[in-house]
Amino acid sequence: MQLQFTVNERPCHVDDVWEGESLLFVLRERVGLWGSKNACEQGECGSCTVLLDGAAVCSCLVAAGQVDGRHVVTVEGLGDRSDLHPVQQAFVDAGAVQCGFCTPGLVVATADLLRRNPSPSDAEIREALAGNLCRCTGYAQILDAVRLAAAVAR
Amino acid sequence: MTTALQPGDVRHRLGRGVDGGIGTDASRPDGTLKATGQFGFSSDLWTEGMIWGATVRSPHPHAAVVSVDVSAALGMPGVHCVLTHDDVPGRKTYGLESPDQPVLAIDEVRYQGEPVAVVAADDPETARRGAALVRVEYRLLPLVVDPVAALAPGAPEVHPGGNLVRHVKIRRGDPSARAEVVVSGDYEVGMQDQAFLGTESGMAVPAEDGGVDLYIATQWLHVDRDQVAASLGLPPEKVRLTLAGVGGAFGAREDVSLQIHLCLLALRTGRPVKMVYSRQESFFGHVHRHPARLHYTHGADREGRLVFVHADMVFDGGAYLSSSTAVVGNAATLGAGPYDVPNVSIDVRGAYTNNPPCGAMRGFGAVQACFAYESQMDKLAAALGMHPVDLRTRNAMTEGSSLPTGQVVDSAAPVAELLNRVRVAPMPPVASAGDAAGPTGDAAGPTGDAAGPTGDAAGPTGARSGATGLLPGGVANTTHGEGVVRGVGFAVGFKNVGYSEGFDDYSTARVLLTGAGGRLMASVHSAACEVGQGLVTVEAQIVRSELGVDEVVVETADTQVGSAGSTSASRQTYVTGGAVRAACQAVREELLARAAAVLGLEPDDPDLAEAELVGGKLLCRSGGTVVVADLVEGSPVERTVQWRHRPTEALHPDTGQGRAHVQYSFAAHRAIVDVDVELGLVHVVQIATAQDVGRAMNPAAVVGQIHGGTTQGIGLALMEEIQMADGKVRNPSFTDYLIPTMPDVPPMHVEVLELADPHAPYGLRGVGEAPTLSSTPAVVAAVRAATGRALARVPVRPEHIVFGDLTPQ
Repeated sequence: MQLQFTVNERPCHVDDVWEGESLLFVLRERVGLWGSKNACEQGECGSCTVLLDGAAVCSCLVAAGQVDGRHVVTVEGLGDRSDLHPVQQAFVDAGAVQCGFCTPGLVVATADLLRRNPSPSDAEIREALAGNLCRCTGYAQILDAVRLAAAVAR
Repeated sequence: MTTALQPGDVRHRLGRGVDGGIGTDASRPDGTLKATGQFGFSSDLWTEGMIWGATVRSPHPHAAVVSVDVSAALGMPGVHCVLTHDDVPGRKTYGLESPDQPVLAIDEVRYQGEPVAVVAADDPETARRGAALVRVEYRLLPLVVDPVAALAPGAPEVHPGGNLVRHVKIRRGDPSARAEVVVSGDYEVGMQDQAFLGTESGMAVPAEDGGVDLYIATQWLHVDRDQVAASLGLPPEKVRLTLAGVGGAFGAREDVSLQIHLCLLALRTGRPVKMVYSRQESFFGHVHRHPARLHYTHGADREGRLVFVHADMVFDGGAYLSSSTAVVGNAATLGAGPYDVPNVSIDVRGAYTNNPPCGAMRGFGAVQACFAYESQMDKLAAALGMHPVDLRTRNAMTEGSSLPTGQVVDSAAPVAELLNRVRVAPMPPVASAGDAAGPTGDAAGPTGDAAGPTGDAAGPTGARSGATGLLPGGVANTTHGEGVVRGVGFAVGFKNVGYSEGFDDYSTARVLLTGAGGRLMASVHSAACEVGQGLVTVEAQIVRSELGVDEVVVETADTQVGSAGSTSASRQTYVTGGAVRAACQAVREELLARAAAVLGLEPDDPDLAEAELVGGKLLCRSGGTVVVADLVEGSPVERTVQWRHRPTEALHPDTGQGRAHVQYSFAAHRAIVDVDVELGLVHVVQIATAQDVGRAMNPAAVVGQIHGGTTQGIGLALMEEIQMADGKVRNPSFTDYLIPTMPDVPPMHVEVLELADPHAPYGLRGVGEAPTLSSTPAVVAAVRAATGRALARVPVRPEHIVFGDLTPQ
């Protein structure tokens, strides 16, 4: 199967995709975008969160064939080392990064949350990020990072 | 933050005039890479010509391997090779403490998921399908899955020689001492998984010299290297390991998982081979926290002074040894808790069973004991009519106390202070306006004495819980407050820091100081594994402070420098931090010698010894000044130093007496919970915790460790368990094995004490594990207070809350 879609605003053409492949597999193993992480393959951990036509999804649960003709934004598309996205900057500044395996998914999920709701309450943050597991931080400094990113944007 | 650094602790002069030194919230060097997705984890490795490995695992917990037929798999297009134990050229077994675990099953499998064969193929899917085509014929053997039954006479033997892994006895004082008030109980701790997010993964690349380069996520490169080399039949220098990005560890990466398999496949195929475990495979691919059964009897006088503690514990080590002997040792030596107890009798036995092998997880034997001894302290407090904190502080260990092992605690032991601090910590904010907060806010009172003297429930909440805005059941909206009762619980615990019982525990660090065009730069190189905790940050902070240099690069950890020991036992900041400091001091001595030549001073001139490194200059008291970059321009200074902490000693085999530990780390928790007593659901409303860290090398990272460790303790209290049935794992997925999510973790009030340990570098104490200990019993105590249930087992399940304990008391 062939796929034609847009990743981080660039056209992307992929050949020989097997029907069983997920969007996450295509991004990591065929497009070379390793920022999206695989930690559960069941949509439980959120480490693979990307934006699909602007909506946050677990890319491990999206069949590759579903993205044909659509727009995908990964953590790499939000910002890079020389031009950090405000959410990425906030995660660094708030100490929200330990092992960092959950961080890309949380950054994308947070960017999505703040786009929908620029001033979320703590309860709204907790609910919005409930699908993103972190094993290191106990979430407190992640909560700080989201508050910080929201405050900076205001 | 409370600072009480003892004068004279810092026996030398630190550099000044630099940012990001010790004691600051210096940023992680890898933070930006991780936030942008550009950090390379072990699962992100890629190289030209790489192929993929997969593992064939036993579906049975105990069976003879009658035959292995690899022909169908080998015949599959895209499959490069299939290896069994016949293909292991060197030692066919491995293990941390004793090599008892087959690299690939030889003639028997002893737990479900034991590797039988490995396959290499063009891509991961072909490798998986190839593995599925390996035909293994099994003959089932008798199972032993109950650790107590495993130790009974006549039990089927998991290994020849019996199922007893180790029996540690601690004997102090009068074994028949009698007390006026006696309480006893049977407790049980379920099998917890480390559940790091980055599953086991790595890549092996065959080298031209016949050796192999392995890029791997691990906790101890050199112990992996030695096991890999032994099984490959290669000298260690031909097996070179480099740390790939580690997605969390928590003990699960202490043991070898796919390291040897990867190297076998790479050397057989002559191709780079990559493996990444799925989450399901990861549950079978690493050791877990030991499930334990613990029987305790505590005796006290009427004033609440402990007279004796008797404990009998059985730890389920599963099918192979791993680190069970050390885990059992910890449970025994720390088993009476951080209290002064004149008469102690503790027996801890580890058992082989056909359950998954158990080994290291954050807290390492101290977690299981802490749940039981703290549950006992609450039971004793209730029997005495005392407040649970009052009973604990009355018996609290202090500096100068001697442990049941006879070892004297020779640095701060602020057990009572930690408890008192969490007792008076601010209470959670009361429900938002408009809610029927009524009794909630006042119930607990300002001091956390909600529970009254006996730890009783604080009464119906009747309103939305504190800052999370959630009730038990969360967004499932299962209650509007009816049936919800609030409870408060306390606990304290202590954990040894570093390797114990006579282990030669050291680390190695290399520090290089260079200058170019007037710029001063340093690099630091060790084999110490950064697993997320922030060691790389601390290494750079130490170099900045010691040498007064702003620019510090932390080299990737590998085996091209001496061993750093394991990233476990809360030890790396202590031991590798000590090595980095010592290497910096060696560099400084060379700088002083060079400066002496420049300034025309004798090398032992006291003016030099008191010189300070400030902003890249060496300032002598007499006014002499040397620019350090000039001293090293064209002639860098490099020093490699091996550093060890104070020696420890083995325990006496009959009495358990001995100076077994290096240092202790203390933490206390207060938990406030809301319990829906009709549905058995718990919401943790707030955690208050206090910990002595000796010296907060990076306060933000210290608090991050406390948050994270506490959260894993909450998980053990309320949700986390690998559920076993007849030796089989029933829930190997994140759908079925639950870890705390953001709504599950409440706001935490954290107090950090800095009572310097004069024996440790900078006075610091290992931080990572202590917060995992007491959070579990504090949460369970709070649930008991709310429900009146005995709750002798963790994790607490809804049916235990609604119907009472299923385990007899």
